[in-house]
Amino acid sequence: MAEDPTVEVTRTTRAPVLAPGHTFATVTDKISAIVLSRRTTIGWMLGFGVGLTFTMVFLLAVSYLVVKGVGIWGINIPVAWGFAIVNFVWWIGIGHAGTLISAILLLLNQPWRNSINRFAEAMTLFAVMCAGMFPLLHLGRPWLFYWLFPYPNTMQVWPQFRSPLVWDVFAVSTYFTVSLMFWFVGLIPDLGTLRDRAHSRFARATYGFLAMGWRGSARHWKNYESAYLLLAGLATPLVVSVHTVVSFDFAISILPGWHTTIFPPYFVAGAIYSGFAMVLVIAIPIRKYYGLGDMITMRHLDNSAKIMLVTGLIVAYGYFIETFMAWYRHNDFDFFMIQNRMHGPYAPLYLALMLCNVAAPQVLWFRRVRQNVGALFAISIVVLVGMWLERFIIVVTSLHRDFLTSSWGMYYPTRWDWLTFWGSVGFFTMAMYLFIRFLPMISIFEMRTLLPEAEVEAGAK
Amino acid sequence: MTRAPIFGLMAEFESPTELALAARKAYDEGYRKMDAYSPFPIEEVSEAIGFGHSRVPLVVLVGGLLGGAGGYLMQYWISALNYPINVGGRPLNSWPAFIVVTFEMTILGAALFAVFGMLALNRLPMPYHPTFNVGRFAFASKDRFFLCIEAADPRFDRDGTEGFLQSLGPKQVSEVPH
Repeated sequence: MAEDPTVEVTRTTRAPVLAPGHTFATVTDKISAIVLSRRTTIGWMLGFGVGLTFTMVFLLAVSYLVVKGVGIWGINIPVAWGFAIVNFVWWIGIGHAGTLISAILLLLNQPWRNSINRFAEAMTLFAVMCAGMFPLLHLGRPWLFYWLFPYPNTMQVWPQFRSPLVWDVFAVSTYFTVSLMFWFVGLIPDLGTLRDRAHSRFARATYGFLAMGWRGSARHWKNYESAYLLLAGLATPLVVSVHTVVSFDFAISILPGWHTTIFPPYFVAGAIYSGFAMVLVIAIPIRKYYGLGDMITMRHLDNSAKIMLVTGLIVAYGYFIETFMAWYRHNDFDFFMIQNRMHGPYAPLYLALMLCNVAAPQVLWFRRVRQNVGALFAISIVVLVGMWLERFIIVVTSLHRDFLTSSWGMYYPTRWDWLTFWGSVGFFTMAMYLFIRFLPMISIFEMRTLLPEAEVEAGAK
Repeated sequence: MTRAPIFGLMAEFESPTELALAARKAYDEGYRKMDAYSPFPIEEVSEAIGFGHSRVPLVVLVGGLLGGAGGYLMQYWISALNYPINVGGRPLNSWPAFIVVTFEMTILGAALFAVFGMLALNRLPMPYHPTFNVGRFAFASKDRFFLCIEAADPRFDRDGTEGFLQSLGPKQVSEVPH
């Protein structure tokens, strides 16, 4: 059996995972009421409206892209990978924290994950949707995206399976499919709860349809738990593989700044780093405005901050090794690449990257900072900016000045680059708002298992 | 007077411990066709009703093997048989380059089998089930625990089983109509 979380609370002075005083009924009522009985607030409408507006901006930018082609972006030779790939790597990295929380922390028997895994998984799904759109738009003819998949066609050609770009197609589409199934399987029992508690006929029918007749049978639970645990076991190597394959897109090439073996671990750590920053950016307003401080406690924020600090240090180590290897390798092109990063035309961005990703998170060593909600929110935003800058530096500074001085160039994003990027942020925001309004953002049945009375007493075992 | 046939008899309990004890006693009494319903998974209860083993892991293993083998064979067939391209005499079956897609297809196959296998083994989706006819069963997804002994059990006897369930100290016992 899982370790009783309340035992740990008495042992240490840390904040509990779930505030005392809750029962099966209050946990159920509190979370389902947010969806079922709470009225739609002005604040929700405003937030959703902002998200919807930027989604429209995204659609506008994409429509114009379809009409005119990728020339509306700032990309050209030598920098053919611009914002689209920067945003792709940034978004997919953000998604990784959701899988880490839901799968890896489940396998590691960390019960505190139960109150944040649901919305973190939703975050993963929406982030992967945003991520997936960028390489497709970057294709030039996005409507032919299905050419990426091996299907029998009249042209008699197949994808090149020796290319990391094809590996990426498989990695990202598998990741999306598995994340979606993991999230939905986790939702089934809670959809049953919503079906049984909904007042309106329409809500009952909709949740009932989605719950598929779930009735909490002991046999069902046994198969369910088995499947859920195995999915976690499958998602764990998958999530590590996805960002590894994303880093292969760079590392398999021979370009200075990309061609390095540190990339896979350094990319995975960076992904989790930015993902936990996004978890905090979402969790902090949610617990404030929905009064969920008793379920998403300071313990969760503290733990997330610690994971951010650890992964941030791994990322800092990655930056150090990149620089060190450029010197140690004794290769002129490598050495020039790192010098160009530090002193070239993009040097201010490199400096900003170091401040955001290496310097700023060091304050998380202090307990007082980790207990300060406002500070955590601010640092998370800084880290998100920093991780975006990291991808920009990797993509742009490596490409813009490679082996031949005659083929050097500069990359400047256009307004369409910015509109597409902010549009994707808007889509993510809108999707999160819809999720919070229509589905339980905290896993109800897993919260019930956190209660002390969920344990079967010794006599009945 | 004959009464209309029923699906079974259902007893309602207030804690997981009571449910686990009741399920164990019912199993010891000789009942086999029964099921317990709870708002969250309780390992002891599924063991008590004699459902100790899930076949999901086997299904997932099969899915993973099929996915992995299918993934590799697809790449082999495409790259070495159907559309071979000779690039400087390099081997057509370049297996190290095929590992990533093989791995992803293994995970995909296993995960698809895990989800759809779990649903199939649970006979879901099942829009109608007799237990939903009991009004208080809605609390099975909130804070109540139910044990249902089905009429199909050979030891089922309407009055005898009802008496047995009452002896377990439930909050109430109700008939489950078809």
